[in-house]
Amino acid sequence: MATKSTTQKITLAKGLNMGLRKAMEDDPKVLLMGEDVGKLGGVFRITDGLQKDFGEDRVIDSPLAESGIVGTAVGMAMRGYRPVVEIQFDGFVYPAYDQIVCQVAKIHFRSQGRVKMPIVIRIPFGGGIGAVEHHSESPEAQFAHTPGLKVVACSNPVDGYWMIQQAIACDDPVIFLEPKRQYHADKAELDESASPEPLFTSRVVKTGTDLTLLAYGPMVKTALKAAEAAATEGRSIEVIDLRTLSPLDMAPVLESVRRTGRAVVTHEAHVNLGMGAEISARITEQCFYSLEAPVLRVGGFDTPYPPSRIEEDFLPDLDRVLDAVDRSFEF
Amino acid sequence: MTQQSSGFGPDLVEVFGPSQQDGGPELIQLLTPEGERVHHPEFDRDFSAEELRGFYRDMVLTRRIDTEATALQRHGELGIWAQLLGQEAAQIGAGRALRPQDYVFPTYREHGVAWCKGVDPLRLLGLFRGVDQGGWEPDAHNFALYTIVIGAQTLHATGYAMGMQRDGVVGTGDPDRDAAVIAHFGDGASSQGDVNEAFIFAASYNAPVVFFCQNNQWAISEPIERQTRIPLYQRALGFGFPGVRVDGNDVLATYAVTQAALQRARDGQGPTFVEAYTYRMGAHTTTDDPTRYRLSDDVESWKLKDPIARLEVYLRRNGLVENDFLATIQAEADELGHTLREGCKAMPDPAPLSMFDHVYAEMTPELQAQRDGFATYLESFEGSAAGGHH
Repeated sequence: MATKSTTQKITLAKGLNMGLRKAMEDDPKVLLMGEDVGKLGGVFRITDGLQKDFGEDRVIDSPLAESGIVGTAVGMAMRGYRPVVEIQFDGFVYPAYDQIVCQVAKIHFRSQGRVKMPIVIRIPFGGGIGAVEHHSESPEAQFAHTPGLKVVACSNPVDGYWMIQQAIACDDPVIFLEPKRQYHADKAELDESASPEPLFTSRVVKTGTDLTLLAYGPMVKTALKAAEAAATEGRSIEVIDLRTLSPLDMAPVLESVRRTGRAVVTHEAHVNLGMGAEISARITEQCFYSLEAPVLRVGGFDTPYPPSRIEEDFLPDLDRVLDAVDRSFEF
Repeated sequence: MTQQSSGFGPDLVEVFGPSQQDGGPELIQLLTPEGERVHHPEFDRDFSAEELRGFYRDMVLTRRIDTEATALQRHGELGIWAQLLGQEAAQIGAGRALRPQDYVFPTYREHGVAWCKGVDPLRLLGLFRGVDQGGWEPDAHNFALYTIVIGAQTLHATGYAMGMQRDGVVGTGDPDRDAAVIAHFGDGASSQGDVNEAFIFAASYNAPVVFFCQNNQWAISEPIERQTRIPLYQRALGFGFPGVRVDGNDVLATYAVTQAALQRARDGQGPTFVEAYTYRMGAHTTTDDPTRYRLSDDVESWKLKDPIARLEVYLRRNGLVENDFLATIQAEADELGHTLREGCKAMPDPAPLSMFDHVYAEMTPELQAQRDGFATYLESFEGSAAGGHH
């Protein structure tokens, strides 16, 4: 079938909005639920206009209770729906933590595969927006540590469009992390007639030969800038957008590190027991003899997320990533 | 003690009185503990002899499931068992009020409701034996798996009811089509955030769900007074839907009240809170020791309100059963007990590698690799006498 090529420049917010709309058009069982997702279109406007077009039964403004949102989504999934719930901010997911970890993640296992949980839990995550406490967190490791959940993070508008549709089509529960700082930042060219890569795959976004820099979500942009800056010093850095955090897609990572011999992992989340720790362990286990230096991690410090006036000191930035690159080459 | 008016109205205790062992004047009852049929202005209903005998049979067999499972735990065949002794009427009354299209969200103690929904009692034992975590097909019985986290299932029930609304099976007037959900929980769970959130969601969306609380007076060692200062059913009003207190040891009243609440839900009139006032005659589970925290006098007084005994008195006194019938039920119970004992002992342990099955609908490569590694590891012991470590 010949498809008309429709190309347009979009933001991440628009990509997600278009992806949600497409998923709702394709499958009448897809429902959206969350706080302020209806008339307001969500505090970040990701669901803008969807209630108007799909009605209040499919785009559901919920009471202000996160456990209630996720818990009722479980029931709707049992009834054959595919709920997509929005947690308004990362720091507000914890009231739903019990439902996510004890129910969403385990019902398929508990029921020996008889009950599927095709739920997507969208979480705007990460900092850098000058917000008050609880609005800038990166809880991904807590979910990646939970068997039964799948965890992905998009980093750009095109991925936002495709990944949200793929997550909704997935029969397993997906924690879908959206870098809120990027929502309205950069535009990218979306070709709706293109074929997306599978959801649970990582992607080399810049090739290089001297060091592998791993990032996801909001840090991909920083990683690419770091690679650019390092190039001026004659260092060729390969950047991989991990995209999927559980399962991890280690094949492209391992292939890259075997070539470069050096790896740096970066994320906004706290370093201690963060995704970087797991990735570092796996690289060490599987590429031990290829490594020229230990795998280094650059992340948020092991403090609570600080007041916003000093958040840029907490968050890993271009200089701290480059500093880690330098340290890697010192070995 | 004289109290000065505070401007906040009367003191709570003044309004509601201390907790009443007999359930108070608001208790809906159709059959007294002495087996006398009484009438109620709103919930009265005629029962055929066949219905009454059916309730009796259900309750006797449910009690046998419970006593057999308790015995199986004592013999080491089950790791633990959550006893329902004393709550048979609450569960059979609620369970028999359901239509096939209604859906049940149980706790881990709804063995009598499971019986009503046609779940093989043997399948209930797997969870307690440790060979599975719920061994029945929920959609085959419209009976969800047992939920151990207290109160979590009330939200699932509410969401399921919201799904029914979207499927157009509420308020159509077609008795074969209109459906409702019943969410079971206990007095302890009424303190959980999830239960209160379920009330709010159900009220907000007018969801077709009946919140059926078996107030058995105890949350392990904590008495009802630790959970609430007012009769539980009165909480419903604060959430914006009706609540009633029914004698949970009276199968007729429980049936009549639950049926009315379910019909309200099916008709599209929204949620109802039913507090079935009963008593946990046994322990919380087989690992609990109630002698540490409650008086035997209390238990003795509740023995006089036994749900099965009162119905038996009524049936005999009114010539609705003959000794033959009672003997037949007894034989059926013995047979059920035998089947459970033998079936339980024959339940095999699951294969170690089965833990990797069904973690995901779509297996991940990394988990597959972990599974394969463990399989290779296990195979390395094959043929060795120990079948394991040295």
